[in-house]
Amino acid sequence: MKYKVKAFGIARDILGAKEINLEIKGNQVADLRKHLSFHYPALNDLNSLLIAVNLSYAGDDTALEESDEIVLIPPVSGG
Amino acid sequence: MIKITDKPIDVQKVIEAATALGAGGLNTFMGTVRNTTKNKNVRWLEYESYEAMAIVEIRKIVDEAIERWNLLGHAISHRVGTLRPGEIAVVVAVSTPHRKESFEACQFIVDELKAKAPIWKKEVFEDGEQWVSAHP
Repeated sequence: MKYKVKAFGIARDILGAKEINLEIKGNQVADLRKHLSFHYPALNDLNSLLIAVNLSYAGDDTALEESDEIVLIPPVSGG
Repeated sequence: MIKITDKPIDVQKVIEAATALGAGGLNTFMGTVRNTTKNKNVRWLEYESYEAMAIVEIRKIVDEAIERWNLLGHAISHRVGTLRPGEIAVVVAVSTPHRKESFEACQFIVDELKAKAPIWKKEVFEDGEQWVSAHP
């Protein structure tokens, strides 16, 4: 499946772009995580990495559609 | 009112937006930029947000506060962009019938916002920079 993945903060720095196009095996958040963790190992060093799908935090078993807005959420630090 | 802005926050406007005639207390918290972190001088902070989702997440937090504390009014404004020490990064204002609830609700919203809203800050020092809380 082909996805557009956006990233903010340090996740964007690690990806090297605000948005990347990925082709991955599988269609779940867990499959995306596996792909990211292999190709961008610096993501594994973060305190946490959440994945938002269509403006909500998504669990690993969430199924992804190619049209979804998928965003990497590194540890937040607002306030 | 829930707002993400790249302009300096007008605190008076936030307070006015949270005002309610039935309220006996209006509590306001302002988060400001500190000039040091672990003995290092902070030159400035770079804030950014995933704005659409930040609004949704803050809305959920406010909805929970409304259920728990009888909020009569609320207004939250968070700034993004470059902020220097002393500047206001976030303002949370809530009105409730009595003062105790206003303190509790305000603290709850600030704590939850810091934990959940997709907003990030990078500290810029004299000799480098780092995303806050990113690494152990």
